[in-house]
Amino acid sequence: MAFVEKKLPADAPAIDKALNWIDSRFPLTKLWNDQWGQYYAPKNFNFWYIFGSLAMFVLVIQIVTGIILVMHYKPDAALAFASVEYIMREVPWGWLVRYMHSTGASAFFIIVYLHMARALMYGSYRKPRELVWLFGFAIFLCLMAEAFFGYLLPWGQMSYWGAQVIVNLFGAIPFIGPDLSLWIRGDYVVSDATLNRFFSFHVIAIPLVLLGLVAAHLIALHEVGSNNPDGIEIKDTLDADGHPVDGIPSNPYYTSHDLFGVTVFLVLFSAVIFFAPEMGGYFLEYNNFLPADSLKTPLHIAPTWYFTPFYSILRATTSDFLYVVQAGIAAYVALVYLKSNLSAITKAAIAAVGLLIIIGMMPAVLEAKFWGVVLFGASVMILAGLPWLDCSPVKSIRYRPDWHKTVLIVFAIAFVILGYLGVQPPSPVFNAVSQVCTVLYFAFFLLMPWWSAKGTFKPVPQRVTFKPH
Amino acid sequence: MKFLKNSISTIVATLVLLPVLTMANESEFPLDHAPDRSNNMAALQNGAKLFVNYCLNCHSAAAMRYSRLTDLGLTDDQIRNNLLLASDKVGNLMTINLSAKDAKEWFGVAPPDLSVIARAKSSSAGSGADWLYTYLRSYYKDDTRPTGWNNMVFPSVAMPHVLWELQGVRNAKFVEVEDAHGSGKKTTTFSKFETVVPGQLTEVEYDNNVADLVAYLSWMAEPAQNTRKRLGVWVLMWLSVLSFLAWRLNASYWKEVK
Repeated sequence: MAFVEKKLPADAPAIDKALNWIDSRFPLTKLWNDQWGQYYAPKNFNFWYIFGSLAMFVLVIQIVTGIILVMHYKPDAALAFASVEYIMREVPWGWLVRYMHSTGASAFFIIVYLHMARALMYGSYRKPRELVWLFGFAIFLCLMAEAFFGYLLPWGQMSYWGAQVIVNLFGAIPFIGPDLSLWIRGDYVVSDATLNRFFSFHVIAIPLVLLGLVAAHLIALHEVGSNNPDGIEIKDTLDADGHPVDGIPSNPYYTSHDLFGVTVFLVLFSAVIFFAPEMGGYFLEYNNFLPADSLKTPLHIAPTWYFTPFYSILRATTSDFLYVVQAGIAAYVALVYLKSNLSAITKAAIAAVGLLIIIGMMPAVLEAKFWGVVLFGASVMILAGLPWLDCSPVKSIRYRPDWHKTVLIVFAIAFVILGYLGVQPPSPVFNAVSQVCTVLYFAFFLLMPWWSAKGTFKPVPQRVTFKPH
Repeated sequence: MKFLKNSISTIVATLVLLPVLTMANESEFPLDHAPDRSNNMAALQNGAKLFVNYCLNCHSAAAMRYSRLTDLGLTDDQIRNNLLLASDKVGNLMTINLSAKDAKEWFGVAPPDLSVIARAKSSSAGSGADWLYTYLRSYYKDDTRPTGWNNMVFPSVAMPHVLWELQGVRNAKFVEVEDAHGSGKKTTTFSKFETVVPGQLTEVEYDNNVADLVAYLSWMAEPAQNTRKRLGVWVLMWLSVLSFLAWRLNASYWKEVK
């Protein structure tokens, strides 16, 4: 097909001619309109819908501050700690860039957890948005890896020993474990070799993957359209122009809305950076102001706060707890057989896997340390299954039975308690509480096919709930 | 349903409150609160003087440049003539000539670098400044130790009481107390310090000087601290105005949405 460039009148403004030149060669205006300018989003977005754009904003902050930090940071075991202090003291505004990056990391996780909470409340992961959820899940995995690799870089005591503990977790995998740990570390213990490769992962490998996944996440979202607090599909009711009656173009309405959200976020973000960058030892851990010493193990090694809920589950898995897990699996298999509509083959497969796990959890077979790692991993991976675990006839919590709200709140409280316990040193009472909360955590997901479909659901409206303001 | 809701609430409430029971377990020496002298230039200068004279022989502060002391209101000449004891140029870092190998041989452990010690010693028991303030005032005579000194905050510490001439020599008095759980056993607890040889300073003067030294160490751990807070006030004011404007702009757009 011959190349056709639209002809503008001779007296058209230069900027229009320039844009025309680009649009004939690159779909700039089309991209803008499809992805944002004329992307029709539901008009009833509430507070919980700000966290997606905030997450993107913090990603940009982390990348820009990261680029500046890398100009002065030295990824060498002998120089790393001192180079961070050099940035804090001698690089003009270095202290500000450092604090923005460290606070940004914690802010990223707060935002992402709230972003996921929104999905849980309004059923944003359900058909046809399963891929949006799965890409988001992959982003969450990458984010955890990015934070883990980045945390080694300051080469403090907590950096070193945290990395040592977590990489050793891979050593718990039967047969391949020790070799796998050796391969990840690049050495027999966490050392300069580990620091160099974690630097590469943190600065290049994972950010590239993250950017790709964020693009995929947004493309998948824009393909099917955003969900909303009422959980109804706005594309079901179109106006004469073919636009959803309950939709509004993102520009200017969500441009200004998200801009407001960003300014509020910046107030909170700056309050932390300028007045409490350590945040009581949670954002910048006190022990990390001691240079890494391979000969001195800290009394309490705990991961940073955003990993603690899952870390608690790992710690909760003692050999005694395995009996509880075995009983739970047996009960679950029975439940699947008696009360599910799955095919006979699927039921048999679930029973077979359950039996293997129960055998594996017996005292003489695989030890609790291995199962702790398995449950640790499972507690994260189970999130990916949400679109298929949720069997509720309605998407949003607004039209579900009231007691569903209680279930969600109990889950949230269990998650927060697990997080709190993960920061504390272990104790018998704490261990028992974390075991109870682990059961609650997994029960929320594994029993969801049943509880999400139970109760009296409220009628879902045709149009969204919106009060003009 | 209501019963289920109530019982879940009770269980959850119990779970939330249980952790409080196990709070009181670690019997650490209680930390005193270090006075906040972060804006007191005279105190910080005195602290710098004490640091360079007493600490910088064994401890380095390798992230700290002598010339940064101008932040405390000193001139380069003042630094050069009074505080440049372990180095030759005012632009140098506060490194020392004691090698880690020698230090380990003489003390059993190399004295840690003090650049960020005030941040490293923070914990739930108190800030790093509190720890340092209590530590430097809790030394007592102990002939069982190689240095002849022990410390209530850091038991069996390898560091001697460097400031002993200022504080004097003290003994620590321990008493036997009945075990609180009534098991019939006795435990040894600290009761008080007892002066054996008085130092050059009175107790109040010594505490005052240690407070200055600790204020200096806190400043040295993060020299940008005061700038950070000062700027923060302006930043937050500006961002508040900005968010107010963004709020009203957003409201003006959304008026059009029916």
